Amino acid sequence: MSHLLSIITFLPLAGALLILAVRGRSETVARNARWIALVFTLADLALSIVLWAGFDGSSSAFQFVERHRWLTDGITYHMGVDGISMLFVVLTGLLMPFCILASWESIQTRVAEYMIAFLLLETLMMGVFTALDLFLFYLFFEGGLIPMFIIIGVWGGKRRVYASYKFFLYTLLGSVLMLLAILAMFLYTGTTDIETIIDTAHFPVDMQFWMWLAFFASFAVKMPMWPVHTWLPDAHVEAPTAGSVILAGILLKMGGYGFLRFSLPMFASASVTFAPLVFALSIVAIIYTSLVALAQEDMKKLIAYSSVAHMGFVTMGIFTVTHQGIEGGIYQMLSHGIVSGALFLCVGVVYDRMHTREIAAYGGLVNRMPMYAACFMVFTLANVGLPGTGGFVGEFLTMLGAFIHNTWIAIFAATGVILSAAYALYLYRRIIFGELVKPALQTIADLTLREAAILAPLVVITILMGVYPKPIFDVTSASVAHLVRQHQSAVARDSAPPRLASVNRGGAR
Amino acid sequence: MSIQNDLYVLLPELILAAGAMVLLMIGAFRGDRSANMLTMLAVVLIAVSAYVSMIVGDDSAFGGAFVMDSFARFTKAVILWSSAACVLLAHRFFSDEKSERFELPVLIVLASLGMSLMVSANNFIALYMGLELQSLALYVLAAFNRDSVRSSEAGLKYFVLGSLSSGMMLYGISMIYGFTGTMDFAGVAHVIKTGGVGIGLTFGIVFLIAGLAFKISAVPFHMWTPDVYEGSPTPITAYLATASKVASFALVLRAVVVPFPDAFHQWQQIIIFISVLSMGLGAFAAIGQTNIKRLMAYSSIGHMGYALLGLAAGTELGLRGVLFYLAFYSLTNIGIFACVQAMRRGGRTVEDIYDLAGLARTRPRLAFAFMVMMLSLSGLPPLAGILAKAFIFLAAIEAHLYVLAVFGVLTSVVGAYYYLRIVKVMYFDEPAQPFDREMGRSVAAIAAIATAFTVLFVVRIDVLLDYADLAARALLK
Repeated sequence: MSHLLSIITFLPLAGALLILAVRGRSETVARNARWIALVFTLADLALSIVLWAGFDGSSSAFQFVERHRWLTDGITYHMGVDGISMLFVVLTGLLMPFCILASWESIQTRVAEYMIAFLLLETLMMGVFTALDLFLFYLFFEGGLIPMFIIIGVWGGKRRVYASYKFFLYTLLGSVLMLLAILAMFLYTGTTDIETIIDTAHFPVDMQFWMWLAFFASFAVKMPMWPVHTWLPDAHVEAPTAGSVILAGILLKMGGYGFLRFSLPMFASASVTFAPLVFALSIVAIIYTSLVALAQEDMKKLIAYSSVAHMGFVTMGIFTVTHQGIEGGIYQMLSHGIVSGALFLCVGVVYDRMHTREIAAYGGLVNRMPMYAACFMVFTLANVGLPGTGGFVGEFLTMLGAFIHNTWIAIFAATGVILSAAYALYLYRRIIFGELVKPALQTIADLTLREAAILAPLVVITILMGVYPKPIFDVTSASVAHLVRQHQSAVARDSAPPRLASVNRGGAR
Repeated sequence: MSIQNDLYVLLPELILAAGAMVLLMIGAFRGDRSANMLTMLAVVLIAVSAYVSMIVGDDSAFGGAFVMDSFARFTKAVILWSSAACVLLAHRFFSDEKSERFELPVLIVLASLGMSLMVSANNFIALYMGLELQSLALYVLAAFNRDSVRSSEAGLKYFVLGSLSSGMMLYGISMIYGFTGTMDFAGVAHVIKTGGVGIGLTFGIVFLIAGLAFKISAVPFHMWTPDVYEGSPTPITAYLATASKVASFALVLRAVVVPFPDAFHQWQQIIIFISVLSMGLGAFAAIGQTNIKRLMAYSSIGHMGYALLGLAAGTELGLRGVLFYLAFYSLTNIGIFACVQAMRRGGRTVEDIYDLAGLARTRPRLAFAFMVMMLSLSGLPPLAGILAKAFIFLAAIEAHLYVLAVFGVLTSVVGAYYYLRIVKVMYFDEPAQPFDREMGRSVAAIAAIATAFTVLFVVRIDVLLDYADLAARALLK
C-alpha cells in the first residue's frame, strides 16, 4: 500500500502550515511565502508526474489505493485513482506552479495569506480527484469554496464582494442537495465507498431519478451549464489572474469529473432518461454563450463565456455514453484546462501593465510585443479548436460521439465551432493587430523572462496535445471502456422486466 | 436501595451544591476581593464534578427520580465544559468592566447544578426542580450588570417570560399527572402503552412542549432571545447560548422520548412544526442584524431548529445526531463568544459587526478563529458543523422526512449568507480602529481550543460519535 496519493493531496497543506510559521518583517515574510509556495507546488507537480509514470494504463481498476478506518465501517478514508481521475491530478499539479509564478509580482498585499489560500485550495482540489469515498469527496468538493471565496474577495477587482458571494452561494446551493443524495445513498447501501457502490449497488429506478437530479444540481452549477452559469463571468472578471486560472482550469472540471464518476455509473438509467435534457442545455450553452461572448467588451468575460461554451461540448460528449464522446470529453477538459488557464495568464500579462481588461483599450500590440502575440496566437487557435492544437482533439471526438448518438445534436454543436472561431479571432484582431495608435501603449514592454517561462511550457503542451494525444488516451482508454460497459449493463438490467414478477405472472396463467 | 447508594449516584450534584455553599461563605466573609480565588475554585469544582460524573456507574436514585446513564454523562460533560469556560470568560469580562462581584462564580455553579439535575431528572417533579434552579440563577445572571439599563431589562424580560413558560409547563405536567396518575417517566410510558393517548393527555403534551420550547428558544417561543442575548453581559450570553441550551434540549429529549414513546405521532407533529419555523426564522431574521449578539441569537434559533429535526425523526440515529449537534454547537458558540468578548476598544465593549472591519489585518489570529467558527456554523466542510448537520439530515432521510431535509439544507444556504457577511467584514473591508490588544490569556485559550476542535474534528470524529451513540441508546432503552 503506497501513500503517494495522500502525500500528493496533503503536501500543499504542509506548505501552508510552513508559511504560517514564517516570522519577520513583512517583505521577508512575503518573499519567503512566495518561495515556499513555489517549491511545494513544484514538488507536488513532480510527485504527480511520478504518479503518471507508475500508473498502469491497461487496467481499469483503481490504483494507488489507500484505505483507513475513519467514521464508521461504511465511511472510510479511501483514496485511489483510475484512468478518469489520474490526469486531473496531473493537471492540478501542473497549473499550480504557474499560478504561483503569475502572482509573483502582481500580488503585493497580504502575500502570505494569498499563498496559504492557494496551497489550501490545491489540497482540496487534489482531494476531489483522489477521494474514493462519497463523504470524503464531498468534504473536499465543498471545502474548496472557502479559499476561493477569500481569493476572489480579498484580491479581486472592484465588484469582488458581489462576485465572491455569488460564486459561493450558487455553488453551495447546488451542492447541499448533493449532500442529501449522498446521505440517502448511504442509508440505502450502508456505505459511501465509491468503488463498492459502483460495483455492487443497484438503486431502484425511481430513486436513481432523484439522486441523479441532486447530483446534477451540484455539477451543473460547478460545470457551469446554461442557465446556472451566470456566476462564472462575474467570478472570472473579479478574481485575480491566478484565481481565474484555477477556476477555469480545474474547478470547472470537477463538474465533468462528477458526471463521469457518479452520474453515469451509479445512476445509469436516470442518465439515459435525462440525456435529452443535458443535450438541450449543452446545445444552448454552445450556441447562446458563444453569441454572448461575441458581444463582450471585457477580455476576461469573453474567455469566461467561451469556457461555458466549451464545457457544453464536454457535457454533450459525456452523455452520449460512447467511447469517443467520453474520451473526447475528458480530453476537452484537460486541454481546456491548459488553454483557458493560459489565456487568462495572457490577459494577466497585459493587465499587469495597463490595469485594464477593456478590449477597446488595446490594439496593435504585435508591434511592441511580438513574443506575446505569438503565444496568444497559439492559445487563441487552440481555443478555436484548430487541428494541431489540443483543443481540436477533444472537440472532434465529442462531436464524433454526438454524431454516433444523434446527428442533430452534432449539427447544432458544429455551429458552435464556427462561432468560437468568430469570437476568438475577433478578440485577437482587436487586441493584437492594427496600428499601435493608443498613446498609453507606446511604451508597453514585451514578455519578461518570468512571463516567458510561464507561457512557453504551456505553448509546448498545447501543441503536443494536438499532435501526439496517445499518452493521454493510453491512460484513459481502459477506464472509459470499462465505464461504458458498466453503464450499458446497468441500463440493460434496469430495463429488463423484473424476473420475479414474470414468474408470478406465469404461475397465475 | 440504600440512602448511601442514592447519594452516590447524585455525587456530582452534591459536589456542586456543597461547593457552592462553601464558595458563598468564603465570598460572604472576604467580599469582592476574593473573586479571583472563587473563580479558580469554581472551575476546579466544576471539573471535579465532571470527573466524578464520568466514573459513577449507571444507576438510579430516590426511587427513580434521578438517573445516571450514558445520556446524562454525555450531556453533563458538554454542560460542565461550557460552564467552566463561562466562569473564566465572566471573570475576565467583569474585571475589565471593573465591577467584579463574588456572587458571580457562585451563581454559575448553582446554575450548573440545576442543569446537572435537569439532565438526570427522570420524573416531572425532579425535572421542574432542576429547571427552576437553573432559571432562577440565570435570571440574576442576565441582570448582573446592574448599572446597565439594558442588562436589567434583559433580566426582567427573561424573568417574566420565563415564569410564563414555567407556568405553561406546570399546567401541562399537571394534566399529564391527572390523566396518567403518575409523575414518573417510566410510569407514564406504561400507562400510555396500556391505555392509549386521550385528548386530555395530548393537551398535556402540548403544554409541556410549549414550555420547554421556550427554554430552547424555538419559534414561536423565541421572542425573548434577541433582547436577552443583546442585553446580558457577553459571558452570560455565552452561558445562555451554550450550557443552558444544551441542558434544556437534553431535558426536551428525555421528557419527550422516555415518557411518550407511544405518543410519537402526537408529539412528532409539534416538533416538526417548531423545527421548520425555527430553521426558517433563524435563517431569514438574522440577515438584517448588525449587532453581533443579536445575530448570534437568531443563529441559535436556527440551530435549535436543526437539532429539533433530529428529534422529529425520533430514531436512535436522530437522537445521536441531536447529541452530536449539541456538542458541536456549544463548543463553537463558546469560542465565538470568547471572540466577541475580545471586541473591546478603548476599554469599552463594542458589538456592531462593522466594528470587526479589517480584523484580518489588525488581529489575524483572532480573525482566523472567528472565521473558522462562523464557517463551521454555516455548515461548510471540512469543519465540524457540516458533520453535525450531516448526521441530522441522515436521520431525517431515514425517517422519510425528505421535505424537511430539503428545507433544512436550503435554509442553511440562506444562513450561510449572514455568516459569510462577518467573514467578509473581517477579511475584505478596510481596517477600522484596532481593538485593545490585551484579551486575556484564558479567553484566548478558550477561543483557541474551540477553533482547534472545529478544524480537527473531522480527523477523529468517531470517538465523539461513539459516545453520542451510547447516550442515544441509553435514552431509547
